[in-house]
Amino acid sequence: MKILVCISNVPDTTAKINFTPDNKEFVAAGVTFILNPYDEIALSRAVDLTAGGGQVTVINIGDAATEPTIRKALAIGATDAVRVNAQPRDSFFVASQIAAYVKNNPFDIILCGRESADHNGSAVPTMVAELLGIPCVLFAKSLNVEGSTAVLDCEIEGGKEVVEVPLPFVAGASEGMAEWKIPNMRGIMSARTKPLSVIEPVEVPQLTRHQSYDKPAARSAVKMISADDAEKLFQIIREEKKVI
Amino acid sequence: MSVLVFAENLQGKFKKSAFEIVSFGAAIAREQQLPLAVISIGQVADDELAKLAAYGAAKILKVEGDAFQSMNVQPFASAIAQAAQAEQAKVVVLSASFSGKSIAPRVAIKLGAGLAENVIDLPQMTNGFVVKKNAYSGKAYSFVELISDVKVISMLPNSYKVVEQAGAGAVSSFSPQLTPADTAMKIRETVRSTDKVALPEAELVVSAGRGLKGPENWGMIEELADVLGAATACSKPVSDAGWRPHSEHVGQTGIAISPNLYIAVGISGAIQHLAGVSASKVIVVVNKDPEAPFFKAADYGIVGDAFEIVPRLLSAAKTFKASQN
Ligand SMILES: Cc1cc2nc3c(=O)[nH]c(=O)nc-3n(C[C@H](O)[C@H](O)[C@H](O)COP(=O)(O)OP(=O)(O)OC[C@H]3O[C@@H](n4cnc5c(N)ncnc54)[C@H](O)[C@@H]3O)c2cc1C
Ligand SMILES: Nc1ncnc2c1ncn2[C@@H]1O[C@H](COP(=O)(O)O)[C@@H](O)[C@H]1O
Repeated sequence: MKILVCISNVPDTTAKINFTPDNKEFVAAGVTFILNPYDEIALSRAVDLTAGGGQVTVINIGDAATEPTIRKALAIGATDAVRVNAQPRDSFFVASQIAAYVKNNPFDIILCGRESADHNGSAVPTMVAELLGIPCVLFAKSLNVEGSTAVLDCEIEGGKEVVEVPLPFVAGASEGMAEWKIPNMRGIMSARTKPLSVIEPVEVPQLTRHQSYDKPAARSAVKMISADDAEKLFQIIREEKKVI
Repeated sequence: MSVLVFAENLQGKFKKSAFEIVSFGAAIAREQQLPLAVISIGQVADDELAKLAAYGAAKILKVEGDAFQSMNVQPFASAIAQAAQAEQAKVVVLSASFSGKSIAPRVAIKLGAGLAENVIDLPQMTNGFVVKKNAYSGKAYSFVELISDVKVISMLPNSYKVVEQAGAGAVSSFSPQLTPADTAMKIRETVRSTDKVALPEAELVVSAGRGLKGPENWGMIEELADVLGAATACSKPVSDAGWRPHSEHVGQTGIAISPNLYIAVGISGAIQHLAGVSASKVIVVVNKDPEAPFFKAADYGIVGDAFEIVPRLLSAAKTFKASQN
C-alpha cells in the first residue's frame, strides 16, 4: 500500500504570533515551527497501516525552511519526502500542487490533517479530492482498510458517522485516528539519509490575495465575583453583557 | 445574477444557524444589489421552507431525492455548484459547520471560485471583496481579498445575527445531474444525539477540565448545561483520559468555538485551550487557584471549589431561567 501524507509546517502551539508593523506579514523570527499536530496523527496512522509492507511518502509545499519538519516526519517513519519549492499562497494553490503530484505518482490513500494550525481552513484535503475526482472524509477519527475499501468514523454535527469509501480517497485526520508517535533514536538517525526530493510548483491561477492581519482586541480586565455572590452571576452577565 | 446561500436542515428542520446564514447572505445580496436565492437540500416540508422567506430569501430552490437522504457531501456539493451556475451566483455562502467545511471547497473548485473559510464578519464590498477570517488558531484574524469572478465563503457559526426581513420566497424544485463519482462514499451508520446542542454552533457552552477529578463528577456540568440550554465541552486531557468523548474537546487541536457565553470550570487556561475558545463573547472562569492563567483571559472569575460553586450556579441558572419565562 502506498500512502501520501500531506504535512504542513506551523508555529508551535504555544508560540506568540507577531506581525510586521504594517500588519502585512507574519514574523517567523523567534518562532519555533512544528509538524502540524493533526498531520502528525495522519502520519502515525499511515506508518501503522504500512507496517506489514508499503510506502509512506510525505509532501510539503514550502520553502527550504520547512526541511527540519520534513526530517521529523521521516524520523517518525515516512519512507521518503517531496518538497514543492514554493510559499503556500492559499489552500487552492497548495491543493493544486498536491493533486498535480498525485496525478503523476498515484497513491492508494492521501492523508491530511483536518486543519492546519496557521491557516485553519480545513480546505486543502477536500480540494485535493475534488481536483482528483475522489471522495474525501474530513474529520476522520478512525481509519481501517478492508481490501479495496476503507471504513472511517467521522465527526458530524452533533454526532458521528461511519462511512465506507473505495480506494483511492483523501482523509483529514482528527483526534483519535492514532496516537502521536515519538521518534526513536534509530528513526532520527535514518531520517538524515532518507530521500527528500525538491520539485518546482505547477502554475496555478490566483483566486485570492492576502491583505493583512490583525489581532483580537484584548479583553478588558477580569471582574472577580466572590464565591458568595455566585448566585448572581447570570443576572450580572445579563445586565452587563446582554448575551443571555 | 444572484447571491446563493445553502441553508442546512437537520432532519427536515432549520435551526437558528440556518436563519443566521440566510440573514448574512441577505446582507451581502443587498450590498451587491442582487437577489438572494437559498438552496435547501433533502426532505423539508413546504411550510418549513417558507420560513426562509422571513430572512430575505427571494427564491428558494428545493432539492430532493434518494442521493440526498443523508448528508453526503459530494452530491450536496454538485447540487450547490449546479444551482450556483443556474442562478448565475456571484457569491455562494455556506456555514462553516462540519458539513459546510466539507462542501465549500468542492463548490469552489467546481466553479473556479476563490474560497474564504471561517469568515467572521460581513465582507467589505465597497472596494473589492475583502473578508475577515480567523487565523493562527484564534490568535489572529486575516483579511483576504477574493479576486475571482465568483466567490465562495463559509461563515463561522454565531458570527452574524438573525435579521428578519421579508423576501418573496418563491419555492421551486431544482434537479441536479449527479455522476457515479458523486456517490462513491457510502454512509454505513449515523449516530446523532438530537437532544443535545451541537458544540460548533452552540450559543452557550459549559466546559470542564481536569479540576473535576473524574468522569463521575460530570453530572452537575451536564445539568447546568441542560438548564441553560448549553452544549458541554471539555479540555484535551479530559477527552484523552476517556472521561468525555473526543467530540467535546475544544482548543487548538479540538473544536474552535465562538459562543456568546463560555463557562470554564476547573480548566487552567493553557494557551492551546485558549486558542479554541478565546473568540467567545463572554468567558466565565471557575477555578480554585486564584493564579490560574485562565483568569487573565476571562470576563468574570470566581475563585472557589468547583464542587461548591457549580451547585450554586445550577440553582442560580434555574432561578434565572424561571425569571425569564
Ligand atoms: C500540541 C498540543 C495541543 C494541545 N491542544 C489542546 C487543546 O486543543 N485543548 C486543550 O484543552 N488542551 C490542549 N493541550 C493541552 C494543554 O496544554 C493543557 O495541558 C490542557 O489544556 C490542560 O487541561 P486542564 O486545564 O483541564 O487541566 P490542568 O492544567 O491540570 O488544570 C486543572 C485546573 O483545575 C483547577 N482545579 C483543580 N481542582 C479544582 C476544583 N476542585 N475546583 C476548581 N478548580 C480546580 C486547577 O487549579 C487547574 O487550574 C494541547 C497541548 C499540546 C502540547
Ligand atoms: N503547505 C502545505 N503542504 C502540505 N500539506 C499542507 C500544506 N498546508 C496544508 N496542508 C494539508 O492540508 C491540511 C489542512 O490544511 P488547511 O486547509 O490549511 O486547514 C493540513 O493538515 C495538511 O495535511
